[in-house]
Amino acid sequence: MNKREYTIALAGNPNTGKSTLFNVLTGLRQHTGNWPGKTVIHAEGFFTYKNEEYRIIDLPGTYSLYSNSADEEVARDFIIFSKPDVTLVVLDATALERNLNLALQVLEMTDRVIICLNLMDEAKKKGIVIDIANLSKKLGVPVVPLAARNKEGIEELLETVARMVHGEINTTPLVVAYSRAIEEKIAKLLPLVKEVVGEEYPARWVALRLLDGDTSLLHALQHHPHHFLKEGATYACHCAKSV
Amino acid sequence: MTEAKLARLSDANPGERFRITTLKIEGTMKRRLLDLGFVPGSEITVLQKSPLGDPTAYRVSHTTIALRKEESDHIYGERIGNE
Repeated sequence: MNKREYTIALAGNPNTGKSTLFNVLTGLRQHTGNWPGKTVIHAEGFFTYKNEEYRIIDLPGTYSLYSNSADEEVARDFIIFSKPDVTLVVLDATALERNLNLALQVLEMTDRVIICLNLMDEAKKKGIVIDIANLSKKLGVPVVPLAARNKEGIEELLETVARMVHGEINTTPLVVAYSRAIEEKIAKLLPLVKEVVGEEYPARWVALRLLDGDTSLLHALQHHPHHFLKEGATYACHCAKSV
Repeated sequence: MTEAKLARLSDANPGERFRITTLKIEGTMKRRLLDLGFVPGSEITVLQKSPLGDPTAYRVSHTTIALRKEESDHIYGERIGNE
């Protein structure tokens, strides 16, 4: 029997029913506290599906992972450094345009993503129809419709999660194409980034963060020195400036 | 359209709609405004001002977001009248 425990991260905008889904999945098997050193709530729970143990982390609800608030840092660091086996991005089906911003950001960071289209009951009431197969094709990852508060779609979600942790789902996350000037800079940075961070972190994403002048990420990288040496961050910063 | 015709979001009154043309600001605050849905091309509705006139609540792609004048001052676009 497989004794491994899989880690699932829950990301999403505020008010998308992320915590409702968390509660449905974990029931009472959860506890909350703060993230170390931050006044940001940390909620963690456990569930069993088909005799396998899962640990699920409810990340703070954010619109983005770039704006450098404590909430967003926590969410970003968890996805990048803790490398969950699956990241669930919970989207509000009634406000997809707003919600896809975060989804695309997560897709740049990891390919082990399942999109949870929550509040499908609300969307239906409002007459919103979503072409789920097409959305999934465009994003390159599974999309599961949910109405978490009515517990609809949970079984399909769990099945998809189980298949993903067992490597039965191949994803091809949408790569956001930027302007030519930016793409040229990314191309220049990529080999340098790969040299410094290796396969440990998503190189294209790191390159983009460097181009954006994201100093908060560099600080975070410096605090994870086991794979990313201190000189590495400074070096990378220097490279980014020279590009 | 000429630059001179652009209005600031902070000039728009409650009930008015506003289409964003550009954000004249850089750095983290720009990023933040974009993430919240204040992107060029999007239509905003001014909902209401707080009793002292600042901040102001806006409707941005199905969500209510309040901005202070120091933020809405940097958002330029067209005022497209009342709903």
